[in-house]
Amino acid sequence: MQFNTPTSPHGRVHTSVTTVMLRVLYALIPGTAAYVWFFGWGVVINILFAMAVALTCEAAMLVIRRRPVWQYVTDGSALVTAALLALALPPLSPWWLTLCGTAFAIVIAKQLYGGLGFNPFNPAMAGYIMLLVSFPLEMTAWIAPQMLLEYQLSFTDAVVAIFAGHLPEGLPIDAFTMASPLDTLRTQLRLDETVGNIMAASPVFGNIGGKGWEWIGGGFLLGGIWLIYKKVITWHIPVAMLGALFAIALVFYLIDADTYASPWFHLVSGASLLGAFFIATDPVSAATTNPGRLVYAAGIGILTYIIRTWGGYPDGVAFAVLLMNMTAPTIDYYIRPRVFGHGKD
Amino acid sequence: MSRRLWSFHGGVHPPQHKLESTVLPVIPAKLPERLILPLHQHIGEPAEALAAVGARVLKNQMVARATGFVSAPVHAPTSGTVVDIGDYPIPHPSGLNAPCIVIEPDGEDRAFDRPRVGDYRQLAPSALRNLIREAGIVGLGGAGFPSYIKLNPGKNVGIDTLILNGIECEPYITCDDMLMREYPQQIVAGLIIIRHALQARECVIAIEDNKSEAFRAMYEATLGKEGIEVVQCPTIYPQGSEKQLLKVITGKEVPSNGLAIHIGVVCHNVATALAVHRAVDQGEPLTSRYVTVTGNGVAQPRNLNVRFGTPIRDLIVQCEGHPEQLSRLIMGGPMMGFALHTDQTPVIKTTNCIIAATAADIAPPKPVMPCIRCGACADACPVNLLPQQLYWYAHTEDLEKVQEYDLFDCIECGCCSYVCPSNIPLVQYYRYAKGAIWNKEREKELADIARQRHEFRQYRLSREKAELEARRAKKKAALAANKEKPGKRAANDDN
Repeated sequence: MQFNTPTSPHGRVHTSVTTVMLRVLYALIPGTAAYVWFFGWGVVINILFAMAVALTCEAAMLVIRRRPVWQYVTDGSALVTAALLALALPPLSPWWLTLCGTAFAIVIAKQLYGGLGFNPFNPAMAGYIMLLVSFPLEMTAWIAPQMLLEYQLSFTDAVVAIFAGHLPEGLPIDAFTMASPLDTLRTQLRLDETVGNIMAASPVFGNIGGKGWEWIGGGFLLGGIWLIYKKVITWHIPVAMLGALFAIALVFYLIDADTYASPWFHLVSGASLLGAFFIATDPVSAATTNPGRLVYAAGIGILTYIIRTWGGYPDGVAFAVLLMNMTAPTIDYYIRPRVFGHGKD
Repeated sequence: MSRRLWSFHGGVHPPQHKLESTVLPVIPAKLPERLILPLHQHIGEPAEALAAVGARVLKNQMVARATGFVSAPVHAPTSGTVVDIGDYPIPHPSGLNAPCIVIEPDGEDRAFDRPRVGDYRQLAPSALRNLIREAGIVGLGGAGFPSYIKLNPGKNVGIDTLILNGIECEPYITCDDMLMREYPQQIVAGLIIIRHALQARECVIAIEDNKSEAFRAMYEATLGKEGIEVVQCPTIYPQGSEKQLLKVITGKEVPSNGLAIHIGVVCHNVATALAVHRAVDQGEPLTSRYVTVTGNGVAQPRNLNVRFGTPIRDLIVQCEGHPEQLSRLIMGGPMMGFALHTDQTPVIKTTNCIIAATAADIAPPKPVMPCIRCGACADACPVNLLPQQLYWYAHTEDLEKVQEYDLFDCIECGCCSYVCPSNIPLVQYYRYAKGAIWNKEREKELADIARQRHEFRQYRLSREKAELEARRAKKKAALAANKEKPGKRAANDDN
C-alpha cells in the first residue's frame, strides 16, 4: 500500500487569509453603525459601491495578470481596502470620487505592485491620498451630523445625492458642505481664535471632539479590541500609535491649551481610532516584529499630530501611514529579536 | 510544587488527541511473519551485519555491531532464522531502501543468555557506558542519538542537572505516558544509573500537566529518593524539544551551535532510562518499545509493545484498521513526524507513534496564498526567529541572507507552518535551504580538495621540472668544466 508523503507539520490551524479579512470587516461594524447613525445612509452606500468597484477591479487585474481569479477575489482583502477607503470619504461624496479612489487603490497601489502581500503602501490610504490631492474640495465637504439637520436624509435621498448629485429640497447648502471638526479647528486657529472659543462656538463640536465622532471612534475602538482578542492584530500598533499621539498632544496642550487641542480631542477626532486599529495594523505594509511595530506606530502617531497641527491638511493619519510604510523595511532590518541561544546584547 | 519554571518564546497549542490511545491497556504486538531490522536505526554510522543468511539467532543476540563512535548495534528481537540481508524500505523521509537483516521467527522466543553485571556501581564509568552501548540503546524520544555518548560527563565538566524528559508534547503520542504509568519504579531505577554515570547533582523528571496519572505514578516512585524531583510543566508544544525543556527547567539557554552538556545539563528520555535499567540490571538489550498506534484510521487506537522490525501494516491490522482507507501514514507526531510512503516499513528504535490518518485527522492541504506579513509565525517560533524573513530569503535562494537570519537555529518544529494563515509550507523551505547550503559547502569542499590537488600537482610538476633542469644544469656545468680543463682531467687520469 502506497501513501502520499507531504512534509510536516501535518495539519494546521483553521484560520486563513479570508478568515483574517472577514474578521476585520466584522470588527468594522460597530464603528460603521455609529457612523451611519450620525451621518446617514450615504456611508453604507459608499462602502457597498466601493466594494463592488474593488472586486471588479481586482478580478479584472487578476485576469490580466493571469492569476487564479477565484482564489484571490475570495480572499477578502479587496473588500477590506474598499471598506476602509469608503469610511475615510465624506458620507455623501459623489460616486465618481469613490470609483476613482477605489480603482486607484486596487489597480495601482495593490495589483501593479504584485497583488496581495506585495504592496509597500496601504492601498486604501494610497487611494485616499490620491483623492485628497486631486479633489481637495470634494474630499473636505462633510455633511453635518444628522442631529444638526432639521431634515432627515432618507436612504433614497442619499442614493440620489451620491449618484445624481441632487440635494434634497429644502436642505441648506451649508449643512451639506460643512467642514469636519478637525478642519474647522485648523481654519479657526489660523484666525487666532482659542481652542476653547472655537469648540464652544461651532455646532460641529461635542464634549471631547467632533459631535458624533466620539461615538464613531468608540465603535472602532470596540471592534479593534475584539480584533486583538481574536488575535487578528496585536496590541502593539494601536497602543503605540495612540500613545504617541496622546503624549505629543499632551505636551503641547500643557504648553498652551489655547493654541493646541487637548490630547483627548486628538484621540477621538478624524481617523485616529480607525487608523490605529484598522489602517496602521495592515500587516502587509507595516513593520513585522513587535518591537518594530512599536517604533512604526509611534512614528504614525507623531506624524499625525505634526500634520494636523502644522501641516496643510486637516487630518494626518493617511499621510503618516504612507510615510511610515516607507520606513517599514528599514525598521525590520534594524529591529530584530534576540534568537534563542544567542548572546544577550 | 516548589521548583520555579521558566518559559520560552512562542509555542502553539494544537489539539491533543491523546485520550484516544490511553483508554485500552498496552498489549504486546503480534509476532509478525518476518522481522525487518534496518542496520541504521539511529543517528550516526549504520551498524554492520554479523549474522549471515541462514544463521539461527536467539532473542537478544547481537546481529549487527556498531561501527565507529556514533553508532549502535542491533539485536534480534526474537529467536529465528536470518532469511535475507538486503535493501528494504526503511522509515526515513527520503523513502529510500536501505540494508536490513530479515529474521523469520521460529515462534519459540528463546533468549540468548547474557552475562549479568552484579552491582553497576562497582563498574568503571567506561565499562558501564560500554554496557549501555552494547545494549544498542539510543535516545528513544525520537532523535535516536546513541545514549552512551550522553552518559559521559567529559573531563572537567560537572553536571548540574539531569533532566528526564517525560514531556511528550507532540499531539497523538502517548507511549511515554503509558510507560510512566506502568513502569515508574523501573524508570527511576534507570534514572539513578544515569545519574551515577554522570555524577549529576540533581535530577528533574519533567512531565506535562496533561498527564496527571503518569505524574502521580512517577511522583510516588520517587518518594524517599534523594535529589530527584518530579515537575509538572504547563502543556505547550514544543516543550519536549531538548533546548526548550532545558530553558523551562533551568532558565538557561543552550548557546547556538552548542550542546546542553556545555552548560552542565544532560537530558534523557524516560523510555531511554527504562532501557538503561533493563540493560544494566537485567542484561536485556533494546529489542522492543512502546508504540502508539492511533488516528481515525484504526478502530482501536492504543499503545503496543512492539518488537523492532515489525511491519507497520501488522500494527494497523492488529488495531483494527484498514491500510487501504488511509489518507496519510505518519511516523511520529503530526508536527514533526514524517509521512511514510508504504506500510511495509518496519518499526525501528525511534518509532514512537504511528498515526493512521484519514481526512478527519488531517484536512487536505489548502491552496497556498502569498505571505501577508502578519507575523503569526514569529509569534509562534520557539527559537525567536523571523520565519517570514527566512521564508523570503529561502524562497529567493539567497543562501547568505538566510544564514544571516539564523536559519541553522531552526529546530523544524513546525509551529510557523502550523499558524500560517496563508498555508505556506515554511518548514519545507527551511529544509530546502539547509540542504542547498550543505550541498554548496560539500561542493566547495570537494572543489577545495580538487584545487589543492591540482595546485599540488602543479607544484610537483614544476618541482620535478626544476629538479630536472637543475640536474641538467649540473651535468652541463660538469661537462663544460671537463671541457674547459681537459689538461687537469688528463693529469688526474694519470694518477
